[in-house]
Amino acid sequence: MSEPTRERLAGWGRTAPTSAMVLHPSSASDLEEAFSSPEAKRGGVIPRGLGRSYGDPAQVSGGLVLINDALNECSEIHPITGEVTVGSGVSIDTLLASSIPQGFFVPVTPGTRQVTIGGAIAADIHGKNHHVDGSFMAHVTSMDLMTPTGLKQVSPTNDPELFWATAGGMGLTGVILRATLTMLKIPSAYVAVDTTRHRNLDEVMNEMVTGDDRYRYSVAWVDCMTSGERMGRAVLTRGDHAAEDLVGGRPGPDQAIPSAPRLGVPFEAPSGLLNRLSITAFNEAWFRAAPKNKIGGIESISTFFHPLDGVSNWNRLYGSRGFVQYQFAVPDTAGETVRIAIERLSASKVPSFLAVLKRFGKGTPGPLSFPTPGWTLALDLPIGPPALPKVLNELDQLVAEAGGRIYLAKDARLNPIHVETMYPRIGEFRAVLDRVDPGGLMTSDLARRLNLRGNN
Amino acid sequence: MRDAFGQPQTAICFGGTSEIATAILMRLANERLTDVVLVGRDAVGLEATADLLRTAGVTRTAIITADASDPASAGPAVKQAFAATNQPVDLILMAVGMLGDQTLDDDSAERTATMMTVNLTWPAAVLAQVRGRMVTQGMGKILVLSSVAAIRTRKANYTYGAGKMGLDGFALGLADSVRGTGVSVQIARPGFVTSRMTAHLKPIPFSTTPDVAAEKIVAGLSGEATVLWSPGILRVVFAIFRIVPPMLWRKMPA
Repeated sequence: MSEPTRERLAGWGRTAPTSAMVLHPSSASDLEEAFSSPEAKRGGVIPRGLGRSYGDPAQVSGGLVLINDALNECSEIHPITGEVTVGSGVSIDTLLASSIPQGFFVPVTPGTRQVTIGGAIAADIHGKNHHVDGSFMAHVTSMDLMTPTGLKQVSPTNDPELFWATAGGMGLTGVILRATLTMLKIPSAYVAVDTTRHRNLDEVMNEMVTGDDRYRYSVAWVDCMTSGERMGRAVLTRGDHAAEDLVGGRPGPDQAIPSAPRLGVPFEAPSGLLNRLSITAFNEAWFRAAPKNKIGGIESISTFFHPLDGVSNWNRLYGSRGFVQYQFAVPDTAGETVRIAIERLSASKVPSFLAVLKRFGKGTPGPLSFPTPGWTLALDLPIGPPALPKVLNELDQLVAEAGGRIYLAKDARLNPIHVETMYPRIGEFRAVLDRVDPGGLMTSDLARRLNLRGNN
Repeated sequence: MRDAFGQPQTAICFGGTSEIATAILMRLANERLTDVVLVGRDAVGLEATADLLRTAGVTRTAIITADASDPASAGPAVKQAFAATNQPVDLILMAVGMLGDQTLDDDSAERTATMMTVNLTWPAAVLAQVRGRMVTQGMGKILVLSSVAAIRTRKANYTYGAGKMGLDGFALGLADSVRGTGVSVQIARPGFVTSRMTAHLKPIPFSTTPDVAAEKIVAGLSGEATVLWSPGILRVVFAIFRIVPPMLWRKMPA
């Protein structure tokens, strides 16, 4: 392991950067050494993957950040069971490059392939199939976790408290060395997709409640810049892996590996480039470009699952001030909260690109795992409009009152007073940390800001 | 920790009875500020500020007494202030200062020495001690309350102005010295603020109240500008004042 270097780190939203020492451990002994280093003792330790969390969970000011890119082993995929053991630093991108030609897909993927397995576990990520397949941790069968009190092998039956505290635990239980997960057998490298356009929010929400069960994958993109009759107009895309006989003539799986980004944003754009005018125009064009009703379209895996990866460094489009992503989940009984959130943001003149609306199925037992049955809505919002902080504070209140929560992997501004309401089982999480990390070594800017450890 | 909008949770304020500082802290308390350490000479006054902050949502306050006319107290004050909170410090607010009375300061070595100590030597010594700690913790904002008086001294308050001029220059250098460390420095240059400090003086054009000054400064805190003028028009006014011929400048009233 090389000498630590000092680096300034921020999340994908590029807000609130802080400076810390950085190491790239490649083994259990590297991790033990890192935990006992002076930097760790002075300012705490947190692991970091590809930095795709939007806020501050993968940074710890004045402490030690352990980037997992050297924890990159990858076993063969078991041809029958689909089990694979991968280092926590392996990205979904890397994993798919080898798994798709073998006829396997990751059981859960977010909108980008540029996340590591460690990050996927720490955020207990969800994808378009949550309503059917649950979150990432529902498919993980065991993990090797280096905690400040030593290496632990955990699974749903072996120290389940620690296993589930790590699910959505934002890296605070320790550093994952490797994890075993079950991949999904796929018949082809394509997806059969039904796309429908909906005039307003009511219509699309109705369609999702009644029809989502027929699809493995489902997500709606909602326009938050419209009002009145067209408030929340949306494009709903749903599908499943396409049967082999449907994709005839297209390149086989070994040539259908996700492609590298075709476009990039080499420089930071001026803050304010993305304003009400430009975003309204974009949303209009996007809505009109979507087919009104297209059944059984065949799309590549990249197009369907990873639209964000088409343009690298797209976060720079938001300029130096950066942006926040607001994502909440509320129970089915609080579907009205989704409408109110979109209405308030629309009324406050805060520009927002398309919002992502999705139904959640059953959650995992992780006390900090985000997905709970009901609805989830996610919106990207540029920093700048003076009304934004207040609008989001008000939405927090609504979400908390509705029995919902904010996604910690996206958060950069939640008021800590809501944390215990939104995550009522946080006490169980804290009890596990007190056991495996009694010295309080593991922490992050997020943990301090939201008092996740309960010791502020 | 500061959030995405630059709102601090933890602050140490040097000069904790300053009306502008109190107004700034009150506004921050309405957002995310929960931990405040107040440093100053007047324990009773500091308690009053602390009481006020608690009504606005601050949950933990600590009081450190130190005398800014004694440069030797600067180092220990910083040490005690950081020890009083177990959190990383998001905001350092340097609000120590005294306006003095120019007619009395004019011919007094002792008074002039005290003015320079309180307005420049002590604050600069504190900032020097703060700098290393902030760089080590890898983040945080240092807000220095300067004054438009720092732009060009004038006969009505040149002792005060010279002290602020020194501190302002020190803070500009400090800002450059911490670039890239995660720490940043902002310098607030309010104009004439009607407060206890200026109660005996006649307000001049573009004068403002502590709360209005605080509003502008707090808005600036979430941005990256090194210098915050309050009100903003003073940036232009003082660009002109800088080049007014000395003959005219001398005729500037109080």
